[in-house]
Amino acid sequence: MKRVELMNVSKTYDKKTEVISNINVMIEPGEFFVLVGPSGCGKSTMLRMIAGLEEITGGILRIGEKEANHLPPSKRDISMVFQNYALYPHLSVMENIVFGLHVKKIPKLERKTRCKDVAAMLGLSEYLNRKPRELSGGQRQRVALARAIVNEAPICLMDEPLSNLDAKLRAHMRSEIRQIQRRLGITMIYVTHDQVEAMTMGDRIMILHDGKIQQVGKPIDIYNHPANPFVATFIGSPPMNIAEGVMKRLQSEILVGDECEIKIPVEDSRLLQTEQVLVGIRPEHIKVASKETSHENRMVVEAINVEILGNETIFSFKIGSHEWMAKWNGQWHLHIGDQIPIQMDYESLCLFDRKTNERIKSATDIENNILDKEVFL
Amino acid sequence: MKGSSSLHAKQSIWKKSLNARTALLYLFPSILLFSVFVFYPMFRTIYLSFFLTDQHGSAALFVGLENYAYLLESQAFRNSIKATVLFVLYTVPAGVILALFLALIANEKLKGIGFFRTIYSSSMGISVAASSVVWLFLFHPSVGMFNRLLTLVHLPEVQWLLDPDWALLSVSISTIWLNTGFSFLILLGGLQNIDGYLYESAKIDGAGYWYQLRRITIPMLSPTLFFIITISLINAFQSFGQIDILTKGGPSQATNLIVYSIYREAFVNYQFGTASAQAVFLFLCILIVTILQFKFGERKVHYQ
Repeated sequence: MKRVELMNVSKTYDKKTEVISNINVMIEPGEFFVLVGPSGCGKSTMLRMIAGLEEITGGILRIGEKEANHLPPSKRDISMVFQNYALYPHLSVMENIVFGLHVKKIPKLERKTRCKDVAAMLGLSEYLNRKPRELSGGQRQRVALARAIVNEAPICLMDEPLSNLDAKLRAHMRSEIRQIQRRLGITMIYVTHDQVEAMTMGDRIMILHDGKIQQVGKPIDIYNHPANPFVATFIGSPPMNIAEGVMKRLQSEILVGDECEIKIPVEDSRLLQTEQVLVGIRPEHIKVASKETSHENRMVVEAINVEILGNETIFSFKIGSHEWMAKWNGQWHLHIGDQIPIQMDYESLCLFDRKTNERIKSATDIENNILDKEVFL
Repeated sequence: MKGSSSLHAKQSIWKKSLNARTALLYLFPSILLFSVFVFYPMFRTIYLSFFLTDQHGSAALFVGLENYAYLLESQAFRNSIKATVLFVLYTVPAGVILALFLALIANEKLKGIGFFRTIYSSSMGISVAASSVVWLFLFHPSVGMFNRLLTLVHLPEVQWLLDPDWALLSVSISTIWLNTGFSFLILLGGLQNIDGYLYESAKIDGAGYWYQLRRITIPMLSPTLFFIITISLINAFQSFGQIDILTKGGPSQATNLIVYSIYREAFVNYQFGTASAQAVFLFLCILIVTILQFKFGERKVHYQ
């Protein structure tokens, strides 16, 4: 189990514009590390640089204690799973799995036992003599996985391995990959564009955008304390609602989208220096206004779309020019055009500086945040 | 009652055959063209091979299989068969291997590789006649480039097209050159169809170039290779233009391939009957070789 360290790593194709710049991160041994970002943010390129399939044009890559910038892929102690699995169509499942062992001239008997063990672990034992085209998508995915772990490399790289599967199978494979990684204790670097995969699988995640690191941390910390509006809207489903806000220090309130005013505690309004801010709030923090709600915090919005997802209801409404969404527990039989009284509290707001995009304040009032298993009596 | 039911049956046949009639209508243009240019000449050839003909090429006297019997006994025809088989053996393996080699090196991602790809495939765009004339000059005993080069390095000159031992080889060389462009282009296309991720995956496993070539490239390319070998075989059996221009079947019948022999028999000796019998013989040969190839070669082909 080895660590992977990137120091000031950057990549440029034409020696002018950097597609990836200033990547500094230490991936610990045995960690499940997820690289997540929208298409074209450079996450696959970064993975391929770690694998040695792309040249590193700046900075240092260390695998274990060794500098690995100029090592060929086969000397980096890695295995890799590709997005389209890269199975050899002319070889049977067994030949596919032992291909790498064959290259490394591992004795035939050991090849066979290792292949059998891995196949049993992934439930492929019955398919060893089939060709890849005779397998379903999920089975092919397992073969690709088997091929990666049969090498017993201490580091495993995965490039969007689940994106070709249907939603149900994806959820299943998510937990399966996670369990295998835990059992083998390998260091996993996993690339995905799906924030759900990142949230559910990663020990830590790195969010990339335009080739730059936006934030690195534990999934739940990133969810609670997003570093900038991009992270706030990228992580979470539905995403965090964002709108321009203006700080009015005299009235100690924030004007959101020219129509909605939210009171700020006086001591905070003194601390907040910037006037031009971005106001964000998670959909689940928008509450229905009750009779106890003070008049100032209460506002009425018009529903423009309603989705009932079994046990929760999501409806959207307009704030200024933005469409916001609110998520409520339970089944709310709302109709489009209904006037809905809601309340938003200052405690659940996230504030960002509009110029620097830096976070000024994150939501302090996070509900249902259970610490240290205190509910289990 | 009876009348109306039979009318009903008639209508339903007319209706049932609607799809077949539509299909026939779509097929009509190709059926027409094939009939005029392929099926009629083919059956006419088979028909003529059973006859002795007059000077105009019309059937005069039915002789049954005598034309065939005459052919099999004829020393000249046996010589033709031998020359054709040798010609196929010289041109097909060498041509395919050369084209595969060129395709492999032109498939590398290098600067200016487009230039080489164009050059390597350019022989496809030159007609047989034009290129044969060029080769005629290259092979020329006194001013030809090959003999000039040989004298430069103090080697004895070779009578490329005039020496019976060399003529078939010379014609084969020009044929290989002529066919390389097409084979190269098809093989390059096949190579580019192979998923690059396969090589990256092999690279991570530590497979070297030759290992990748043997275990990935060749098996993945096998359908294309099979196609090229089949086409090259058929082409080699049917070579005519370069023979006609370079050697006219000579010297001393050394390059008298079957197709050239058919041409001579029909249009020089006006023996349309025996010429037709040769043509039928050639057709059967190509058919058998192709069937054998499909039977034994296709086992090693991996279709996706």
